[in-house]
Amino acid sequence: MAEVLLKVKDLVKQFDGGTVLDGISFDVRRGEVIVVVGSSGCGKSTLLRCINALEPIQGGSVELGGEPVVYGSKNLAKMRQQIGMVFQSYDLFPHMNVIDNILLAPLKVQKRNKSEVRAEAMELLKRVGLDDKAESYPRQLSGGQKQRVAIVRALCMHPVLLLFDEVTAALDPEMVREVLDVMLDLAGQGRTMIIVTHEMQFARAIADRVLFIDNGKIVEDSNPDTFFESPKSDRAKQFLNIFNFERSK
Amino acid sequence: MNWDFILKYLPLYETAALLTVKIGLIGIALSIAVGFLCAAALYFKVPVLRQIVVVYIEISRNTPLLIQLFFIYYALPKIGIAMSAQLCGVLGLAFLGGSYMAEAFRSGLEAVEPIQNESALSLGMERSQALRYVVLPQAVSISVPAFVANIIFLLKETSVFSAISLMDLMFTAKDLIGQYYKTTESLFLLVVFYLIILLPVSILGSYVERRLRYAGFGS
Ligand SMILES: Nc1ncnc2c1ncn2[C@@H]1O[C@H](COP(=O)(O)OP(=O)(O)OP(=O)(O)O)[C@@H](O)[C@H]1O
Ligand SMILES: [Mg+2]
Repeated sequence: MAEVLLKVKDLVKQFDGGTVLDGISFDVRRGEVIVVVGSSGCGKSTLLRCINALEPIQGGSVELGGEPVVYGSKNLAKMRQQIGMVFQSYDLFPHMNVIDNILLAPLKVQKRNKSEVRAEAMELLKRVGLDDKAESYPRQLSGGQKQRVAIVRALCMHPVLLLFDEVTAALDPEMVREVLDVMLDLAGQGRTMIIVTHEMQFARAIADRVLFIDNGKIVEDSNPDTFFESPKSDRAKQFLNIFNFERSK
Repeated sequence: MNWDFILKYLPLYETAALLTVKIGLIGIALSIAVGFLCAAALYFKVPVLRQIVVVYIEISRNTPLLIQLFFIYYALPKIGIAMSAQLCGVLGLAFLGGSYMAEAFRSGLEAVEPIQNESALSLGMERSQALRYVVLPQAVSISVPAFVANIIFLLKETSVFSAISLMDLMFTAKDLIGQYYKTTESLFLLVVFYLIILLPVSILGSYVERRLRYAGFGS
């Protein structure tokens, strides 16, 4: 089995006294694709945000490749370079065109060679079918195109771990597929990813493991077939029922 | 309209206009610096400094420039701080303009979605890099319309400088009216000179605004 890349241990996250994550522990091995599911407001986004320390945590620890990721620490920026994150809301920089969005961090943060990164960026853009959009501004792109650019922007930093927070939730249905395909492609390349999604069929197709969060705790941590066919907890059964109902409507 | 009179006193207005522009520009430059620092103190919630800035902004925005100038020019010497009329003009304008600029910059900074900063941080940028490459460029361009409006507002406010006997445009006009009763000509020149100063600023301002609006914003 591959080595453990990410170790989340007893993570506690509180907002104004309310406990959102109440002792979350799990390991992610290199090459694993983890899908996190749970009802709205259960803390999925918060969990991803805690993993790359966009939020301070009140207990527990996060370790990437054996090194702690700590909110406010000196080497945090360095640690974050290894973690790519794509958000639900479009987060491209609106004052830069596509290629500049992608090149900014590799050039300014990693001080890499411009022509080399540019070639890599164009290659990746081509792979997601957007090489003709390199000079476009974000406002000229559809939601699905923006998300694909955001994925390429994250990839160009050569992260060892990718975090996706409902990247298709704000998209029109016909654009969801093009983004999910890119993520399936990444999984096929053996990338390590943690994906939060409400697309259950996609979750089942892409996941090596499914984590189900309820009441601030991981209630199920199982392979996708087990989770979707025979969940152990009542909460997970209820949760999956909601989707079945929605699908049969 | 007596054109001979106008031609005769044109040089006087030119000198006065230069003084107005000089004090205006230095005052505005200082306003921008003050505004930037205040906006930073508010945006980063710097303890103590932030409270001071809030009080300053309230005082500055809720008192007329004329009274601020009187205070600097007539009251400060009583406690041993005497300055030339020109310096008083500059400081008065900076005191007034600082708060207006602070508000323009602050609202620009706050208009940038937090997710922009977070995306930059997620890409491994230091806070200072996120600010410099991602947040500030957006904040500045959002502030441009308010910024330009402030510059025009401050240049117009320079017309009260004559109250502390600065020989500016207004002073010159009043002086000529007092001496020669050529009200129409004197005021005509006054209007023309203010237009000469303000129109280019206004035109340049709307040009910059238009450029920014089409440069890839508003996704
Ligand atoms: N900055 C914040 N301050 C206070 N409470 C917050 C903050 N961010 C999130 N919360 C709360 O934490 C809980 C978890 O939020 P989170 O966004 O992580 O849920 P989620 O599982 O991602 O939900 P969704 O599926 O709707 O995206 C919610 O109850 C939310 O109200
Ligand atoms: Mg969420």
